[in-house]
Amino acid sequence: MSAKPILEVVDLVKSFGALVVTDRVSLNIVPGELHALIGPNGAGKSTLINQITGELEADSGSIYYEQSLINPKNVSTRARLGISRAYQVPQLFPSMTVAEHLIVADIAASRSGFQMWKKSAGLNDLSLHQKGLLEQVGLSHLASKTTASLAHGEKRQLELVLCLASQAKLLILDEPLAGLGPSESEQMIALLSSLKTKYGILLVEHDMDAVFSLADRVSVLVNGAIIASGTVQMIKNDPLVKSAYLGDEINAH
Amino acid sequence: MWTFGAIFLLAILIPLFDHVYYTKLVTRISVFAIAAVSLDLVVGFVGRVSLGHAAFFGIGVYSAGILANLGITQIWIVMPVAITLAAVIGCFIGAISLRTSGLYFIFITLAFSQMLFFTAQGLRMYGGDDGFTLPAATKWFWGFDLSQPRVLAYTMIAALIGVVYIAQRVMGSNFGKVILASRDNPRKVNSMGLMPYPYQLTLFTISACMCAVGGVGYANLNEYVSPASISWIQSGEFLFMVILGSAGTILGPILGAAAFVCMEQVFSTWTEYWMFCLGIILMLRVLFLKRGLMGLITKNGQ
Repeated sequence: MSAKPILEVVDLVKSFGALVVTDRVSLNIVPGELHALIGPNGAGKSTLINQITGELEADSGSIYYEQSLINPKNVSTRARLGISRAYQVPQLFPSMTVAEHLIVADIAASRSGFQMWKKSAGLNDLSLHQKGLLEQVGLSHLASKTTASLAHGEKRQLELVLCLASQAKLLILDEPLAGLGPSESEQMIALLSSLKTKYGILLVEHDMDAVFSLADRVSVLVNGAIIASGTVQMIKNDPLVKSAYLGDEINAH
Repeated sequence: MWTFGAIFLLAILIPLFDHVYYTKLVTRISVFAIAAVSLDLVVGFVGRVSLGHAAFFGIGVYSAGILANLGITQIWIVMPVAITLAAVIGCFIGAISLRTSGLYFIFITLAFSQMLFFTAQGLRMYGGDDGFTLPAATKWFWGFDLSQPRVLAYTMIAALIGVVYIAQRVMGSNFGKVILASRDNPRKVNSMGLMPYPYQLTLFTISACMCAVGGVGYANLNEYVSPASISWIQSGEFLFMVILGSAGTILGPILGAAAFVCMEQVFSTWTEYWMFCLGIILMLRVLFLKRGLMGLITKNGQ
């Protein structure tokens, strides 16, 4: 790996009481790389993500973002540095329209939240870039709708658009394919592969076909520890991974 | 639009009836509407129920009273003093209470307002528990002062228009968007790089300042200053107006305040226990009016 990693996690440890949920985890992501994190339910994937974004504090270990230590920084500071997250359950603003979501993302990116007198942008003020983002995921026709009227897949797409609308450099996507229908899934996979080279991406996903087709590298998390990390081929052939996690699925192929 | 229409209606009612009783009624509605709109900024827009807004109302009442006692009655001194005091105390109370939410927020705001209530009760030289008569009304210039019912009425209507205008501008700005997003989903706002807390604290402080403006008017309306204006019952009445009208809108609390004052006038001629009727009204509102009084006049309560 020649490029300097955008994210580097070193010896991260987190326990809840006696239960060690993150067990000396080390991993890194270089710019433009899609790094998939897989593992069975309860392996500690979300806990690990929460520590990277800052929603949870690690017990020990270091997290470097663009070569600087970010452990002491809070969620919003990390987000402003360029770490953007899409949640496993889409997190949106129920009283707002799709367009307003983009406007809030723009306010966050331009740090103009304390403009208290000037009227904020509206549906007709969306920039070409913002319209393009909606177009890209096929939400343009829903711009004036509140999120209550969106289907589950559309909510996921909107949350991804919010990540892209920010000035993110690192995307952390927590199961972006969960709950999507076959055609929506295909769309999302196409979108993700188009994003691959532009961002560093940490992808948590259970859909192995998607992971194996998208990922540059895969890390396997079991019981809080990374048991293997490497290219898709290496992971597919790793005996430890086969027995711990992939096992039957690989044989079935 | 609707909001300004409603206030305009209030304003033309005065010369129409030209009667001290109705003029005072309109003034009372305006004063309570200012307090209710300010409370709604916290309840409906920040999304936290405050049961302590009478504290800021009381700051206005006592500022007018104590300054008058010191011989200072010019409105351009009284108002800024009341607003500044409310800003300082509001910022302090908000800074602590906004770290909590739900039931805890209700109780912390209640606790702070009770502290102010008992402080006011302990002011022996200002009548303690009984309060004191406002020694002199707050003055404009050229002989206009707030003891004249019409001057007071128009002053409070103008103040209400100012409060509504500021509230609308602020909620229509980028700041307002962040406030609404933070109400809907603070976790997401945080992960987008915005911290809800400073925004919410700013709006809480603005709300406190507005409420104090209402308080100055209230002292002049009653020509009396009393700890009752800081009591939790007063806070509860403000909350009643907001809920009756519909939280999260600006016209709603004004309608709520108008309805409250009218019911107070009507029911209190029937029975000493008129508050009992308010309880029934509140139940009817919760059961049948999903969006409060706003739902009656608009289709979607917006």
